[in-house]
Amino acid sequence: MSIFERYEMVCGVETHVELATKTKIFCGCTTEFGGEQNTHVCPVCLGLPGVLPVLNREVVNLAIKAGLALNCEIAEFSKFDRKNYYYPDLPKNYQTSQYDLPICKNGWLLIETEEGPKKIGITRAHMEEDAGKLVHSGETITTSDESYVDYNRTGVPLLEIVSEPDMRSISEVLAYLEQLVQILEYTEASDCRMEQGSVRFDINVSLRPRGSAEFGIRTETKNLNSFSSVRRCLEYELARQAEVLDSGDKVIQETRTWDEGRGMTLSLRSKEEAHDYRYFPEPDLVPLVIEREWVERIRRDLPELPAARRERLQSLGLSAYDAGVITSSKGLADFFDQALRTCPDAKSLANWVMGDFTRLLKAAEISVIHSPIAPEQLAQMVNLIEKGTISGKIGKSVIEEMFASGKDAEVIVKEKGLAQISDESALVKIIDEVIGNNPASVEDYRAGKERAIGFLVGQVMKATKGQANPGLVNKLLKERLT
Amino acid sequence: MKISRKDVEHVALLARLELTEEEIEAYTGQLDSILEYAAMLNRLDTDNVEPTAHAVPLHNVLRTDEVRRSIEREKALQNAPDSEDGFFRVPKIV
Repeated sequence: MSIFERYEMVCGVETHVELATKTKIFCGCTTEFGGEQNTHVCPVCLGLPGVLPVLNREVVNLAIKAGLALNCEIAEFSKFDRKNYYYPDLPKNYQTSQYDLPICKNGWLLIETEEGPKKIGITRAHMEEDAGKLVHSGETITTSDESYVDYNRTGVPLLEIVSEPDMRSISEVLAYLEQLVQILEYTEASDCRMEQGSVRFDINVSLRPRGSAEFGIRTETKNLNSFSSVRRCLEYELARQAEVLDSGDKVIQETRTWDEGRGMTLSLRSKEEAHDYRYFPEPDLVPLVIEREWVERIRRDLPELPAARRERLQSLGLSAYDAGVITSSKGLADFFDQALRTCPDAKSLANWVMGDFTRLLKAAEISVIHSPIAPEQLAQMVNLIEKGTISGKIGKSVIEEMFASGKDAEVIVKEKGLAQISDESALVKIIDEVIGNNPASVEDYRAGKERAIGFLVGQVMKATKGQANPGLVNKLLKERLT
Repeated sequence: MKISRKDVEHVALLARLELTEEEIEAYTGQLDSILEYAAMLNRLDTDNVEPTAHAVPLHNVLRTDEVRRSIEREKALQNAPDSEDGFFRVPKIV
């Protein structure tokens, strides 16, 4: 019996996303990923005595942008606070964050569920600095006698987006995360490179008996960096909590960590970890007053967001599913839109983009922005098919060749003589031969077996190495057989 | 306001301070009298006073997003108690 017949899950997520600035939040050090350890540091981000942090304007711009895309209210007055705790990834022993006056609050986004669209509330989103990276000498932090610290990431700007505890199933959580990352990617507030850890999730989850109005006791699992880890973590953690509750015990409210290798969550409880952050206003930074004109300027520049884009694609005749696939990444959606400018047939273009084009990219492990086929080139190929110059089948080999060589479809078709035979007199000759060679199928067709014509069309296609225009072959065959 | 011995031990733990018996004793009394002194502020009527976010009457001090050169790693590490291979090295964390 599934635990969800007895219990209902309640989940909220805190998402940390790196904002796409060139420099850190309070100093001019680069935010570039992957530099030699401790080479992107300066007295400010190292927290040396006597330094003065200065807020990066672009961090505020991007936070406002993300907030607007997530339907948040943008604060007119906002400030930074110090969150105090000792951990060696923070050189200052506090993190500069926002406490009671975050830049964004009261937002929401829509997810698709089996019961239709559902609104997931966003409590707040605030700006803060990222911490450094620890490398432990042993296998885990608890078995290490010492650790090594790289402060390159310290001070990289983050937006922490806190959801309401609105999610009631694992699929709702995943839909929320996918939607959130998609929106952030579209606004370009973050490059959302999950594999580089630029998006991280903290999962707060609890179970309650079905029908109960009160929330159960929750745990928080920190620092998950992929959708698949979130799914596996929730499956494990919910089963664990159900077992605790089934045995009549209480879940302990605590912070846990996800062990990817072992596929389990582990308690991070320790006497040292007394949570008492003693927030107080950051005296080194003055407050922000955000004039409405500033917000409106950013609102005007907001790009088309995923939901609007899906709607537009559906209005062009694409199915909801197809529109969803194409808009799932901004890169693919932009590619499609660019190709659409010179390709009148949206539906056919969509099939090629989602089918062979995506397959080729995946096989070569190339992202769409580095595609060897330009959008205009794919548009040209689809147009050749729509005009009847080449068949769809030939198109499949043309797109492979385009992908490998970067050549235009028209050039490939000409060089290889792939153009469809649409010349009736040339086709009639071949059709007559096929009719002569297959008397049994001809007999079948004339006796009313409609299917027999398929075989005859196939034979003509074979004789022309796939270059005959299949529609025309079909028409001519029927004419000659009646 | 009454500061207890437990409060002092808690604050000392948060600040990673190791205190002797005598120090705990002394600080309990001292912290208590400091807080009592500051508590005078509670007697003021602040009903019509805006909360102060910062003591300096300034706002929106911002910089443009331009990369500036970081410092050399040797300099970053020179005051560290311990380092190895370009990393800061720290003792056992938990």
